Order: sequence, then C-alpha cells, then structure tokens
Amino acid sequence: MATMFAFAESRGGALRKVALEAVSAARQAADATGGGEVHAMVVGAPGIGSTAPALGQAGADVVMVVEHAELARYSPEVCSATAAARLQAGGYRGAFFAASAEGRDLAPRVAAALGLSMAADLTEFAFEGEVLVGQHPTHIGKIITTVRLAGTPAIVTLRPGAVLVAEAGRTPVVEPVAPALDPGAARVVVTALGGKGDAQLDLADAPVVVSGGRGLREAANFALVEALAAAFGNAAVGATRAVTDDGWRDPATQIGQTGRIVSPDLYVAVGISGAIQHLAGMRTSKTIVAINKDKDAPIFKLADYGIVGDLFEVMPVLTEAVRKAKAGG
Amino acid sequence: MKVAVCIKRVPDMDLRFAIGSDGKALDPAGLKFDIADFDGYAVEAGLRLVEQAGAGEVVVVSVGPAAVQETLRKALGMGATRAIQLEAAAIPFDGMAVAAALAAELKDGGFDLVLFGRMATDSANQTVGPMTAHLMGVPCVTAISKLDVADGRGTAERQLEGAAETVTFPLPAVVTIDEGLGRPRLPSLKGIMAAKKKPLDVRPAQLGTASLTVDHIALPPDRPPGRIIGEGADAVPELIRLLQTEAKVL
Ligand SMILES: Cc1cc2nc3c(=O)[nH]c(=O)nc-3n(C[C@H](O)[C@H](O)[C@H](O)COP(=O)(O)OP(=O)(O)OC[C@H]3O[C@@H](n4cnc5c(N)ncnc54)[C@H](O)[C@@H]3O)c2cc1C
Ligand SMILES: Nc1ncnc2c1ncn2[C@@H]1O[C@H](COP(=O)(O)O)[C@@H](O)[C@H]1O
Repeated sequence: MATMFAFAESRGGALRKVALEAVSAARQAADATGGGEVHAMVVGAPGIGSTAPALGQAGADVVMVVEHAELARYSPEVCSATAAARLQAGGYRGAFFAASAEGRDLAPRVAAALGLSMAADLTEFAFEGEVLVGQHPTHIGKIITTVRLAGTPAIVTLRPGAVLVAEAGRTPVVEPVAPALDPGAARVVVTALGGKGDAQLDLADAPVVVSGGRGLREAANFALVEALAAAFGNAAVGATRAVTDDGWRDPATQIGQTGRIVSPDLYVAVGISGAIQHLAGMRTSKTIVAINKDKDAPIFKLADYGIVGDLFEVMPVLTEAVRKAKAGG
Repeated sequence: MKVAVCIKRVPDMDLRFAIGSDGKALDPAGLKFDIADFDGYAVEAGLRLVEQAGAGEVVVVSVGPAAVQETLRKALGMGATRAIQLEAAAIPFDGMAVAAALAAELKDGGFDLVLFGRMATDSANQTVGPMTAHLMGVPCVTAISKLDVADGRGTAERQLEGAAETVTFPLPAVVTIDEGLGRPRLPSLKGIMAAKKKPLDVRPAQLGTASLTVDHIALPPDRPPGRIIGEGADAVPELIRLLQTEAKVL
C-alpha cells in the first residue's frame, strides 16, 4: 500500500478539471498498490477549502487546504515550497501534477527542491517495482518516448485528458496546512490575471474543437467558426499561427507545436492547410474533419472526413445541419 | 545587461523519423539539426535586451557533444557575444542532470538574466529552466510571452489556458521563453563571418546523475489515411451521417 500526493489546481477560487484528473490518477496509482491513501493539496484564498468534497469524489482521502488572503492568485514559490515541504516529510510514493501551464511551472520546482528529477506530460503511467514507467509524446508528437523514473516520490505531470475523472465517492478528512513560505516573502508575484472568465469552455476540456486558419481571409469571418462551435454547444475555438500572428485571434488559442496541444473527440479544421507545426497540436484528436478548397492541402492526408470546397459556402450549411442534428432533427 | 541563453541542438522536426537500432534514439541517418524552436526565441529576446540596455553581452551555452558547436555558432551569427560548450558525450534526457551542468557554469557568472526556451522541441520536458533556477538559487518565471526589464526588476506575461498572468520578479532571474517576444532573426552573412572569430570555450559538463531515462521510443500508431468524402455543401449530409453513425460524435 502506497500513499499518493496530488496537487489540485484551481483558478479564481474554482477547481480546474485537471485537478480532478490529478487526484483520479493518484487514486488509480494508490489502488494499484493495494489501496493506499490519496492526499490532495489545494491552495487559494480563504474559502478554497470548500472544494474538498469534489476532491473526495475524485478519490482524495485527505485534503490539505492551504488558505491565505494573498493566495488568490497562483504563487509559484509558495505552492512549490508548501508541496515540497509536505513531500519531504515523507511517505509518498508518487506526486501527481497537471501538465497545464501552472502544473508545468510548479512540478519542476518541487522536484528540484527535493533534489529529484521528474517525468513530464505523461499520457500513461504505471509503477513497476522501484521505477515509474510512463509514456510521453516527444518530438512534436511524432515520437512516443517511454521513460523510466527512479526515486521517491515519483513526481509526474499528466497530460490533460489522459486520465478519466474517477467517481470514488470518498468523504475526505480536511487538514488545514500553513504555507511553507510567507506569501509576502515570495520573489515571484502574479500581480494580475486577465483574459476570459472561467465559464468559457477551455480548449483542453472541450470535446469538440473548431479551428480556423488563414482561409477565413479576415478576422471578422471567424464568426463562421464561432457559429459552428455554438451549434455543437460543447466546442471551443482554436486557430493557426498564421491567424494569431496577424492578431485575428488570441495567441492563447493557437494550436500546434508552439501553441496548445489538444486531443478532442472531434477536431474541425476550417481553411487550414495542415502544416506540420499545426498538426503537432491536434494529430491525436479522435476524429478530424477538414474543409479546404485545395484538394491537395496536407490536412486531407490526416482528415477522417474531408470536404473539398469553399468554406464560405460549406460552413453556413454545415452549421445549420449540426444545429438540426443537435436538436434531434 | 549580462544575459546567458541556454540553447539545445535538436533534430529538425520536418523530416520523417525512424527508430535507431538500440530502440532508444532516432536513427541518425538523414537527420538534420538546428537550434530548438523556443531557444531561437530566447536568443532573440537576449539580443534585444542587450540592445535596449545599450551595453552588455549575450553568452550562449549548450550541453552536448562537439556537434553543438554548430548550434552555438549559429547563435553567434545572430549576434551573441560568446559561447560555451559544456561537453558531454550525449545529452541526458533527465532535466535535473542537464540543469546541474548549466547551474554549475552559470551560478557565479554575474548574469542579470538567464534565458531558456519554454521547452526543448525534442524532449518536450519543460523542466530544465526551473530546475536550473532552483540550483542557482534565483527566481524563475516560465513560459513568458512578454518581458519588460527596468530598475532591476522584470515584468512578464504568461499565457495560461484561456487567460494570461502578469508576473513581477527581481533580477537576477531565470526566465523561460514562449512565442510572442519576437521572431528569431536570421544570421546575416556578416554575422556568420564574425561568428567564426568569436570566442567559443569548451569545458566538461558537470552533469548530475540521471534518474529519468529513456526505456524505448516508438512511432505513434498510424492514423488511417485521410478520406475526402465529397465536394462543397453537397457533402454536408454525408458528413453529418458519418459523424453520427461512424464517429459517434454528434
Ligand atoms: C517554428 C515554427 C513553429 C510554428 N508553430 C505553429 C503552431 O504552433 N501552430 C500553427 O498553426 N502554425 C505554426 N507554425 C506555422 C505553420 O508552419 C503554418 O504557417 C501555419 O500553420 C499556416 O496556417 P494556416 O493553415 O492558417 O494558413 P495557410 O497555410 O495559408 O493555409 C490556408 C488554407 O486555407 C485554404 N483556403 C483558402 N481560402 C479558402 C476558402 N475560401 N475555403 C476553404 N479553404 C480555403 C487554403 O487552401 C489553405 O490550405 C509554425 C511555424 C514555425 C516555423
Ligand atoms: N543540452 C542543453 N544545453 C543547453 N540548454 C538546454 C539543453 N537542454 C535543454 N536546455 C534548455 O532548457 C530548455 C527546456 O528543455 P526541456 O526541459 O528539455 O524541455 C530548452 O529550451 C533549453 O533552453
């Protein structure tokens, strides 16, 4: 029986889905060793402790609640010091973080503080005796590297969506934990958090992603992409670098080698050529649809369903058809 | 303004990869190599910082075999002042092992900023930067897409999923660079000529022990080849049918 640690990422006082995934992964790992405990840590402004039942539902036996008025926004140094102090105290076989913007910032700090290495962005993992074995997409997704990580605790980040959220239905013990570093003494301080609110479906969580490229011709025509996303109802909107470079779309929505990596059930590429750097961000999508007027566009080599045609003609018809299908007609 | 930039030599991602005979690395036949994507952005950021400050130097550092000298020369051609190769027979996959060598070299170098790429294009670990910062004992901000430096402090912006953070920190610091700070300049002919005469020191890398290792590598499972189902809006009913019955996503 081994005890597992999970870091439960939150933003704006609410848990992110990857928090539940990290706890679920820790639950799986603990169960695989014969049913050890899962200890989840959540950090935030006073009130963040109210997330404990949701963490219990995903499999936490203990929720360490780190509340402080100055921790409303992410503090890399306070979070890493507090997680490291807890892991240092010993007894944990594994420590699970999300391979999100925050988790990928945090986990290597924690590992270094413990003098350990870590394994990043795993899509699968298993403890095999003294080592953790995991799968990590490398080389812009063109290679799957199987890594072996020695050392205890095994610190890993998990690719969003790699783990199904568990329905473990536990009622966790809540344990208040003081920050291991006075937030006022942190050198690195997040002074503002801007951008979209939490209500927006994030690219990483959306079952459907509709992305637009330069074929849309101008920023205003992204309305066609947004309308299709709205017709699906469970879709987020992505973009190519050609389009974010031109300032048509928020850089945070860029999909690809130097942008976000998504793996939705359905990816719809609208007016996108399918450059290798774009494919790096979406090639593991379950089903890929492409609409492009050039039948030789590289995206058609990958697309399960390609439509050769003018997107300005196809998109309104497709949007209406999806809306009807969703309405059950 | 004294800036160090840590750069990695990585295979060019446009080429078709094959697995080498040991099953742990790419088949070297036909590979081309270049500076890692984000590391190019980091070199550009370093050059701009020193240009803005009006004085200083940009030192580029790479851990690896003799071949990394080519990568270092490219950065010198872009305008870096001098280069350091930390010699190692091979580049460890373990971020801590690489970070140990970089921190040992850079710790007492008097740098205002040490820049890294957000992640290396091949290993995609995204760990070497923050680990080096910890070993150097300096603050670290990762994956930034904007940076201002004034009065011994930095202000940076980081892209999160669907949001952006503004972060402030004191110098000296480690910063890892995402896209957004400015496209890497191409080495000019004059730059390439000048680079040949710029200092390139070679020292043994004091690598840390590696506890993260590659067991084996594989190509991802093939996707079925793409299929064009029709032309124009007439193909929409067929697409809807396939999404409902075959892909079951609608
Ligand atoms: C180091 C590096 C990193 C990069 N990282 C990324 C990244 O992360 N993400 C990314 O996306 N790119 C990235 N790129 C850029 C990438 O190489 C391509 O330039 C980019 O993806 C092209 O975007 P696009 O498909 O929108 O534009 P284009 O390649 O210009 O394609 C537009 C497509 O629209 C089609 N089209 C035009 N009009 C219509 C119409 N009326 N109806 C239907 N179709 C139409 C055209 O046939 C064409 O195929 C990177 C490049 C480099 C060098
Ligand atoms: N062998 C190396 N030599 C110099 N810098 C490196 C090396 N490996 C990684 N780095 C730096 O660390 C960053 C992150 O690498 P990684 O953690 O492997 O994704 C890279 O973008 C480089 O800036």
